[in-house]
Amino acid sequence: MTLKEKINAANEEALRRIVAANPVLVDVAPASEVVPGMRDKLILHSGPPVTWERMCGAQRGAAIGMCLFEGWAKDAASAERMLAQGEIAFEPNHHHATVGPMAGTITKNMWVWVVQNKAFGNRAQCRQVESFQQFGDYSKEALSGLQKWRDIWAPTLRAAVRKMDGVMLKPLIARALQMGDEMHNRVVASSSIFANAIAPILVDCGRSKEDVVATLYYIGNHPFLFLGLAMAAGKAAMDPARGIEASTVVTAMARNGTEFGIQVSGLDGEWFTAPSPRVKGLFLPGWKDADAGADMGDSAITETVGWGGAVIGGAPGILTFTGGTAEEALGFSREMRNISVGRSPDYLIPALNFEGAAVGIDIRKVMQTNTVPVIDTAIAHKEPGHSIIGGGIVRPPLECFKKALTRFGEKYKE
Amino acid sequence: MMPMKLEDLLRTKPVFVNVGVRSFGDSLREAGYQVIHVDWSPPAGGDQKMAELLDDLL
Amino acid sequence: MVRKTAVRKNRYLDSVFLMLVAQRIASQPGIHDASAMLATEANRKLLAGMGYGDDGKDKDFAAAGPNDLVLAVEGDAAAVDAVMANADSYFARGYAAEAGSAPEPRSIAEAVTARPESSVAVISVPGEYAAREARAALRAGLHVFLFSSNVSVDDELALKRDARDRGLIVMGPDCGTGYLGGAGIGFANVVRRGPIGIVGASGTGMQEFASLVHRAGSGISNGIGTGSRDPSDAIGAISTIAGVDALESDAATKVIAVISKPPGESAIAVLAERLRRCKKPVVTCFFGEGHDDRIKGVSTLDEAVGAALVAAGEKKPQFLESEEGALQRSASSEKAKLQPGRRYVRGFFAGGTLCYQAQSIFRRAGLSVYSNSPLHGMKELTDPYQSREHTFVDMGAETFVHGRPHPMIDATLRRRRLEQEARDPSVAVILLDFVLGSIASADPVSDLLGAIQSIRTMGICVAASVCGTNEDRQSLEMQERSLRRAGAMVFASSAQAASFCREAALLLGGGE
Repeated sequence: MTLKEKINAANEEALRRIVAANPVLVDVAPASEVVPGMRDKLILHSGPPVTWERMCGAQRGAAIGMCLFEGWAKDAASAERMLAQGEIAFEPNHHHATVGPMAGTITKNMWVWVVQNKAFGNRAQCRQVESFQQFGDYSKEALSGLQKWRDIWAPTLRAAVRKMDGVMLKPLIARALQMGDEMHNRVVASSSIFANAIAPILVDCGRSKEDVVATLYYIGNHPFLFLGLAMAAGKAAMDPARGIEASTVVTAMARNGTEFGIQVSGLDGEWFTAPSPRVKGLFLPGWKDADAGADMGDSAITETVGWGGAVIGGAPGILTFTGGTAEEALGFSREMRNISVGRSPDYLIPALNFEGAAVGIDIRKVMQTNTVPVIDTAIAHKEPGHSIIGGGIVRPPLECFKKALTRFGEKYKE
Repeated sequence: MMPMKLEDLLRTKPVFVNVGVRSFGDSLREAGYQVIHVDWSPPAGGDQKMAELLDDLL
Repeated sequence: MVRKTAVRKNRYLDSVFLMLVAQRIASQPGIHDASAMLATEANRKLLAGMGYGDDGKDKDFAAAGPNDLVLAVEGDAAAVDAVMANADSYFARGYAAEAGSAPEPRSIAEAVTARPESSVAVISVPGEYAAREARAALRAGLHVFLFSSNVSVDDELALKRDARDRGLIVMGPDCGTGYLGGAGIGFANVVRRGPIGIVGASGTGMQEFASLVHRAGSGISNGIGTGSRDPSDAIGAISTIAGVDALESDAATKVIAVISKPPGESAIAVLAERLRRCKKPVVTCFFGEGHDDRIKGVSTLDEAVGAALVAAGEKKPQFLESEEGALQRSASSEKAKLQPGRRYVRGFFAGGTLCYQAQSIFRRAGLSVYSNSPLHGMKELTDPYQSREHTFVDMGAETFVHGRPHPMIDATLRRRRLEQEARDPSVAVILLDFVLGSIASADPVSDLLGAIQSIRTMGICVAASVCGTNEDRQSLEMQERSLRRAGAMVFASSAQAASFCREAALLLGGGE
């Protein structure tokens, strides 16, 4: 078999594994219980590895928030000192079968969604999605959302999920994609389907009436509720495609606000990074482009698995992100086909004549066509201490793919 | 795919792939021939070394 | 008649989409009815009521739930089995895409995947990328028409060898014109199909030849361009020989014309050997050079057209007969109109081969010409922007087209040059060619009309020819009419216009 044939076969196998994924929400649990390798004084973060020195403002702010949340420090100043002195370890979520939105910070007492890929048995986790601490806001108000999640919402959801014996996510996601969701910045339909499905069980899950009511309010009024589930499902779907000899399929795209990193199946364990790009975006009142930090978060796992920017043509609700025209948004989704190994048989896009979403980004095709994936994302402030300031479209640096392909050549070419 | 021999090609109505200047394809299309246009840009952003590597891998 | 079900676990599809799936299946021959739905309890009951599920013995059906899809089909046993064996393809297929909605492929390989019946790649990317795309095309099983220039000799040789091994041909690099299966590729004129096949290393040479054949009432079977360097020793005429091979076995071709600049010394030996073996009559036109004993040929395109027509059993038309006496007479009457001191012929060519042919015609009369693209024995025009004595400039040469369109498309440089020449008191005759056809300017004569008129005002003679046919969108007749109206002398071919200039030059005594 020639190297090209070997690569093509390996990529077909990667595609087969990705589309065979069967993600099921099986639990909601504290990270210390379920995240492999979780320990005290460890903050997991989004993106490729990074140190406190090189960390961007928003992620620093989120780390300070976690020190306060865990009670490691009594105030922001002492938290910052601890972090600067290296008393707290940093590791990427992706090294722990886990993902996190924006700063993506996860510590032992942060509760996470647990999704099992029933087709392969592997599990993946994602933390709560909210609009404050994950953007670098460590104020009392911001942290109160994390506390309620830890003390009320997450444990109540856990009771219901366990009672339901898991929630099948694949049909739910397929349905929501046809209702205008794209699983990254538009998860209104999926959040609502999920809330509807779990609501009757919540009522009868054995938790106190106060907790149940509070949780019902939470899930019924959270437009980004499902993003955490989608990210965990995406991660659970992608992990079995890791480490396939000679495969050029991208298994992760993740950003820490300093660097954009990708991982490739046939080069397992390695990151290929370049400076995080700036997001071309729209801003909430009071904010402007100059306030924005660079691209951040593990949420591009959704694009990696074939959602997000790859299906944005089917999400009319967030057309404003892409410049406003449906044609432009469809163009993005069509472009993604040119750099992918295949299409999903399950995730169909009505706006693209019910064709399947592009799946399995191939670094060779990216380089060949100079087309990098499209990612739609939220925007954090460049300084610590702020909540969400906007959202928009971003493209990974071609440099990441160039480095990966160069390394691939070194490893596999005779 | 089995390539079509030149002498066979001369007997058939050729089907074109146009790469580069669009008007070459347009004039063939206007003359009633099937043309698929390739939306071409320099491979690997014009990086010759990358392009050579791609030749081996893709 | 049978009823069968198929269950797809954990699969969601929109109910309207499922109705479309059911409709498609129901329209298959031998199928009476089909349903595709989510296996909710209500739907299972509905299907059971229609006789599906085998009274509970169909285990998959009985176990299906609201997260699963069920396909239920009724019809002739064989037809139902065929549908069931292929069930996923019905789920996978979207609606038929609307015309034009498919994105353009980003690579040749993708294009061929999208349209496997593709047979020829037309490549006009910048030279530095051209070899790579040509390789990709060959690998995808395509013949290559390579318009791009600036491809290295090594790349050209490698491409042509690769093509030969695959039974394919590389037409080019630097290939301007081709006629394949009736399609005119690149710069091509609309010509009738007929018995004469061309293998040509020169684009405008092929255009002029094909147009003259058409105007003579005959036609072209196929025209295979080879690129200007193919007959050199470095390449060894690989594509020329492949073209001759193909035309030899092409039933529509009765006569083969080989048009090129003089081949290299070793290439000519190989070519001569191949042509000698050819089962069909061959006419060669190498512009007066390389005609040793090995290859007998003609010196102008007009002679080549005449010889090819005769070999095909057709009549040589009147307009190809340029009688020397007549040319002499009109040259002498033009000379009479010139002011003293006007003694030089200046030719500015859009067609490189036509520039070459004109030099060859002058050389045979012992006239010397300066050119930026000098024929063997002619003088090099060191500054192509500055004429000297008799001068023939190939306006399509690299110096002029670097970063701007070819003079066949954009007349700017030629117009400027004519304005410059109009101020030169030593100019007696300006020789021009106009090339019609696809890609070329929409109205080539109009582009230069103002310049021609001002030249005429200065009392300079203008001799012109138009390469093309009345079927070209620019129309030969209309272009010629505009030229005449502007006071130009219009000749039936480039060779005849050059021959007129030769007579004028001999009378004027300008060159040595």
